[in-house]
Amino acid sequence: MEVFVQQLINGLTLGAIYGLIAIGYTMVFGIIGMVNFAHGDVFMVSAFVALITVLVLSTWLGISSVFLTLLIVLIVGMVITSLLSWAIERVAYRPLRGSFRLAPLISAIGMSIFLMNFVQVAQGPRNKSIPPMVQDVFVLMDNGSYQVTLSYRQLIIWSVTAILLAAFWYLVAKTPLGRAQRACEQDPKMASLLGIDVDRTISITFVIGAALAAVAGTMYLMYYGVVNFADGFVPGIKAFTAAVLGGIGSLPGAVIGGLLIGLIETMWSAYFSIDYKDVAAFSILAIVLIFLPQGLLGRPEVEKV
Amino acid sequence: MAETAQARVDVGRAIRDALIAGLVAFGILLPLIGLRTAVNIRNELILEPRPFLLAVLVALVVALSLVMSLVVRPASQRRAAARPEGESVKAAERRAAIAKYIVPFALGFAFLYPVFAILFTGMQGSVKWIDNFGIQILIYIMLGWGLNIVVGLAGLLDLGYVAFYAVGAYSYALLAKSFGFSFWILLPLSGILAAFWGILLGFPVLRLRGDYLAIVTMAFGEIIRLVLINWVDLTNGYAGISGIPRPTFFGIPFNANEDGFAATFGLEFSPIYRTIFLYYVILCLSLLTAFVTIRLRRLPIGRAWEALREDEIACRALGIDTTKTKLSAFSMGAMFAGFAGSFFAARQGFISPESFTFMESAMILAIVVLGGMGSPLGVAIAAVAMIGGTELLRELDFLKSVFGNQFDPTQYRMLLFGAAMVLIMIWKPRGLISTRDPTAFLHERKTIAAKFVKEGRG
Repeated sequence: MEVFVQQLINGLTLGAIYGLIAIGYTMVFGIIGMVNFAHGDVFMVSAFVALITVLVLSTWLGISSVFLTLLIVLIVGMVITSLLSWAIERVAYRPLRGSFRLAPLISAIGMSIFLMNFVQVAQGPRNKSIPPMVQDVFVLMDNGSYQVTLSYRQLIIWSVTAILLAAFWYLVAKTPLGRAQRACEQDPKMASLLGIDVDRTISITFVIGAALAAVAGTMYLMYYGVVNFADGFVPGIKAFTAAVLGGIGSLPGAVIGGLLIGLIETMWSAYFSIDYKDVAAFSILAIVLIFLPQGLLGRPEVEKV
Repeated sequence: MAETAQARVDVGRAIRDALIAGLVAFGILLPLIGLRTAVNIRNELILEPRPFLLAVLVALVVALSLVMSLVVRPASQRRAAARPEGESVKAAERRAAIAKYIVPFALGFAFLYPVFAILFTGMQGSVKWIDNFGIQILIYIMLGWGLNIVVGLAGLLDLGYVAFYAVGAYSYALLAKSFGFSFWILLPLSGILAAFWGILLGFPVLRLRGDYLAIVTMAFGEIIRLVLINWVDLTNGYAGISGIPRPTFFGIPFNANEDGFAATFGLEFSPIYRTIFLYYVILCLSLLTAFVTIRLRRLPIGRAWEALREDEIACRALGIDTTKTKLSAFSMGAMFAGFAGSFFAARQGFISPESFTFMESAMILAIVVLGGMGSPLGVAIAAVAMIGGTELLRELDFLKSVFGNQFDPTQYRMLLFGAAMVLIMIWKPRGLISTRDPTAFLHERKTIAAKFVKEGRG
């Protein structure tokens, strides 16, 4: 029981990070129908930006307040990662819009390889670790031999994720920008006839996805305290799995899918084999795509001739 | 014509765009390039500012943006305006005519390549050129041609192709080490095993299409790699399998012993003989792949593959069993990957899961797509350019005198590879050779230009 509760807490934390990344995949797929393969690496870059910002704040400026550090890191990370994603869309994807269907995917894979190796060359191939920012924990249950703990870090991750998701939901559901986005998702040609700047809307979609990935990157760095240039690939795939599991194109689906993938991964590690946890995640991806291709909350794709 | 296009170049706008590009580059690069994380003596992370490098890179971005909007874009607009409709068909025919001469020339060069290498670099120096360039490129050409059956002909996007390469390599390594079978028995056997895995993995996933199929095949590729890492009893995990028996010259081993190749033929012992032998083995294997592909295209099964690529729904309406057609393409591609894998294991003498990462799959797929899907010549050109080009980086030692001694060109290998993928896609989204050469035609054979090719979403 204690182990289960502990894994539930850990799984939800991991799932929140996956969910944040998954939104980027699901929105881009919804609007231009492409798997943005470089999104996982954008997430990794954002973790590096967060790392560097933390170092600037702590070693150069001497800011020790955790709240202030986190706030500045989040803002800086979101701005820079958004810029990066905007530039990627502009350089690597926009010229290929309306082109042959494999072209954007290959371009995205190339971008992913480029980003990964760029960070490796620019920052070195070694693991980068920082001392933990917050270490306090609550003890929720204690039966003498096993303590169930909830750390402040996990609480911060949950609350930041919840606040940002709420803000983001408001943006998509209630503002003109969100309306334009949903219109482009349904029919880009019709949307442009009605005076919506489709290119701009697509750019903004990339920017929003990247901003949420930056939040995930910051949370990842805070949770694990270590980041490596190759860290984008596996979380990226898992987040994509989450997006597919939740139903690609569906925003609540992405979050639910992320939480589920996080839970499955931690439970699998606790009860079966930690070596095969990635195998479990990849198998879920395959099984979901084969048996439930529209996902939990997605609409089935209707094929027109 | 040229003057009016020239006049349309908007210098003010170009400068504005360049400034924006510079600002964005500055913002992105400020943390990543401007500040380098390093470890100090107490093993803490510290930051080292690199303002000079940052300034150089931002200036480069600004210059590049200016060149793009002032020179490159107007030039390509002018070319597009100067070219009337229908011209591209003629251009395609012209290119097809050139291709006719390229193929025999390239074949001759491939067969004589070891001779050239020995003539120009001597017995010792040529090992590197035949092994690192010749064999390495030919392995990728073979993998590219194998994947070309799946992606280029049948239109199935496979991102986990390296899994079958791994199956072939591990089949050879394990069977040769445990049972002592020879290379020539295990080569077909590995191919068959890989084809079997192709059917096994292909069966559940082949009703998916496009990007979804790509992701699932990638998941399978990763699963196989993770199993290879974690099933330590069988595969020895990360440490890999070493001491894999090397191929023999039809029973005569390549060693310095009395019964070795050199002694039998009265030559002085040198490792070059094995390298040359391996070179011709992989050359024949890859030519076999190309030959089978070209012949299969004219058989009903090959025509079914291409029909599937162009339009799956029409295919089904015409009564083609899409599952069987897809499975046959998938397992045929897997079989050639299995051949290549067993050759790889025999050549290296050592294999580990490190050789079968997703990056390899992406590279093979990139070669196929960049070459122009379905065109064996294009795939070969792309393999030579991408693999040979990145291998060449190892030879650029003179750059050390320009950038200082710490400069290591090989670490930019994958960086440049990724950038090249993006740039080639933007330049030629359909690959280097994008024309189609139908095998079924009325009256006379015609090459079809890329712009007339409708791509299905298979």
